[in-house]
Amino acid sequence: MLSENKLKMSSSPHIRSKTTSGNIMLMVAVALLPAAAFGVYNFKLPALIMLISTTASAVLTEYIYQKFMHKKVTINDFSAVVTGLLLGLNMPASAPWWMGALGSVFGILIVKQLFGGLGQNFMNPALGARCFLLISFTGQMTTFIYDGVSGPTPLALLKGGEPVDTMSMLIGTIPGTIGETSVIAIIIGAIFLILMGVIDLRIPGTYIVTFAVFVGIFGHFQNPDIGFFDPQYITAHLCGGGIMLGAWFMATDYVTSPITKKGQLVYGVLLGVLTGLFRLFGGSAEGVSYAIIISNLLVPLIERVTLPKPFGKGGEK
Amino acid sequence: MALLTFKGGVHPDDGKSLAKDKAIVSVQPKGDLVYPVSQHIGAPASPIVAVGDRVLKGQKIAEAGGFVSAPVYASVSGTVKAIEPRFNPTGAKVNCIVVENDGEYEEVTYPAVKPLDEMTKEEILNAIGEAGVVGMGGAGFPTRVKLSPKEPDKIDYVIANCAECEPYITADYRRMIESPEKLVGGMRAVLRLFDNAKGIFGVEDNKPDCIAKLKELTKDEPRMEVLALKTKYPQGGERQLIYAATGRAINSAMLPADAGCVVDNVETLITINRAVTEGKPSMERVVTVSGNAVNAPGNFKAPFGMNQAELVEAAGGFKTEPEKMISGGPMMGFSMFTLDVPVTKTSSSILGFTKDEVAEYEPTACINCGRCVDACPSRLIPSRLADYAEHHDEETFTKHEGLECMECGSCSYVCPAKRPLKQAIGSMRKIALANRKKK
Repeated sequence: MLSENKLKMSSSPHIRSKTTSGNIMLMVAVALLPAAAFGVYNFKLPALIMLISTTASAVLTEYIYQKFMHKKVTINDFSAVVTGLLLGLNMPASAPWWMGALGSVFGILIVKQLFGGLGQNFMNPALGARCFLLISFTGQMTTFIYDGVSGPTPLALLKGGEPVDTMSMLIGTIPGTIGETSVIAIIIGAIFLILMGVIDLRIPGTYIVTFAVFVGIFGHFQNPDIGFFDPQYITAHLCGGGIMLGAWFMATDYVTSPITKKGQLVYGVLLGVLTGLFRLFGGSAEGVSYAIIISNLLVPLIERVTLPKPFGKGGEK
Repeated sequence: MALLTFKGGVHPDDGKSLAKDKAIVSVQPKGDLVYPVSQHIGAPASPIVAVGDRVLKGQKIAEAGGFVSAPVYASVSGTVKAIEPRFNPTGAKVNCIVVENDGEYEEVTYPAVKPLDEMTKEEILNAIGEAGVVGMGGAGFPTRVKLSPKEPDKIDYVIANCAECEPYITADYRRMIESPEKLVGGMRAVLRLFDNAKGIFGVEDNKPDCIAKLKELTKDEPRMEVLALKTKYPQGGERQLIYAATGRAINSAMLPADAGCVVDNVETLITINRAVTEGKPSMERVVTVSGNAVNAPGNFKAPFGMNQAELVEAAGGFKTEPEKMISGGPMMGFSMFTLDVPVTKTSSSILGFTKDEVAEYEPTACINCGRCVDACPSRLIPSRLADYAEHHDEETFTKHEGLECMECGSCSYVCPAKRPLKQAIGSMRKIALANRKKK
């Protein structure tokens, strides 16, 4: 029964875990669904159209590019789906759908594929695309229409020293981008990813804690009416804008975050400080996207100084 | 109390239920016996028989070729048919002594042995060296050399590696269940060599029956202790075992003796026991034959030199055609292109699988997820080391401690992109080690 010429040869190990890159990306996409669903509920049909537009054009761009370049088509690894979905969640529902599509083309083509495809991009493609759109179409990208009226986001109110309703920020019934408003929906997805072992607390934990401490201290310098470590002020900052979506879903992007454990902590702290700086002392009320893409660029440096020591050579036992 | 263990590692399906409850069966060879003169690390043994000579079971047919070497004994009686290169289980062609079995099993008279208490340390060491005992867990380091550190008084622990962390293999498990007294006997002999040492049996906690048996057997042995270790691969790796049992950490440039430890696995200690108490040489071992392609998986006491195809026959042959055959465990063993190879001192198992999981997946791009970093017991960054290896960047590879890799394969196992990380790192290590020797 043994035909020797059919025996397969390979280097050990001869067994493999069942997890594949595709499974992982699919889990991330699933984890984004609560935020997406709430976004559609909150912003109605335009939000749905935007999400479909960004996701479909991201996948299509990857497919066409790879076909055109005679590369292996990798759209079944779900990474383009995640990029498209994330970009959609970072768009205002009031922006035209073609703008989202343009962003997806930029993110997949310029940020991801031209640098070598999956695993080679130096910054998060969805955020790269968002920042590209922010610079190109500043007006439409920063106008948030809620319930038919255009108004400031709670974060903008906060920066202007006006009161905000933290409860509605927690639930998400506020103006903002499609996927960033509901803290609860985002946390549900994040808990799923933690339970599935896709992400851990190192990056999002240090990011959020550092940011909270930063605004706790420096909020006072931005607005003298705010005391040090004012819990309401800190809560409003944590629930407002893109920090939750950014910390749990974009700062944790494997490709653009450090692979070293210590490096992940450094990265989280850097994100917290940069976000705090941009939000409190920057020109606009928001700063998560820029904080993340700037930190993305510093990842190689962070890794270089945080290489672990091997076991038996003074390293962690 | 948290279980003793190390950081990193993986939890593959252990597959041990296939052969776990199958008692050890002694098998006799039918065809020719093939004895490689190199079944150990170090200089090959030199044949001392010629073609046409009649040999007896237990007769020395090749003597140690140097200090780091080990003699080889015939495991049957018969006639030397050839001395020629043949394939060994790792796929290399090595010089082998081929003996035609006459089926009579005529045995030599073994020299009388003194009781252990009356033997000097030198006599114990000689008995072990003369018997051709080598590390039978896979590395095959001559045991006599391992038991002769520069300063024997500085050895604090003799650790019996009873972890058997490789999936599917149950040979050591059956040994511990069926003849724990022989294992303890081996430990007693080794402890005689090290006056200040304590004997530790490190057993993974998936074998509570072994732990109970060994505890019962050693309750009146003040110098011996049984430790339950967390079930995790590679718990039986030498560095991981030493750390779990003693809290001491060694790197690739150090020997266990540098941390005051000596580690021997179950089969080795049982062979030591036989050499010291019966004067019999190393000529047989327990081999697990398992995997989903095998008809009746089990554990077999097989003489060295026996054809592995015969051993698979003893396990009822194949029920389904195997796509992959492995000598050793699925994590660190070697894939085989033929079963026409002998059982050697380091053959712990023969596994047959109907499907090759490696061929099932196509490697894709690294997504930098860091699962290999979490899994690496040596605390390296396997994905980056594999990159350096693929780019033939030996300098960066060495600078980033690629030589500390012990090739346990945990990184390749967990990689979601299914990259052959261990393969790339292992190849570069060989090149770097060879270049280092040249300098």
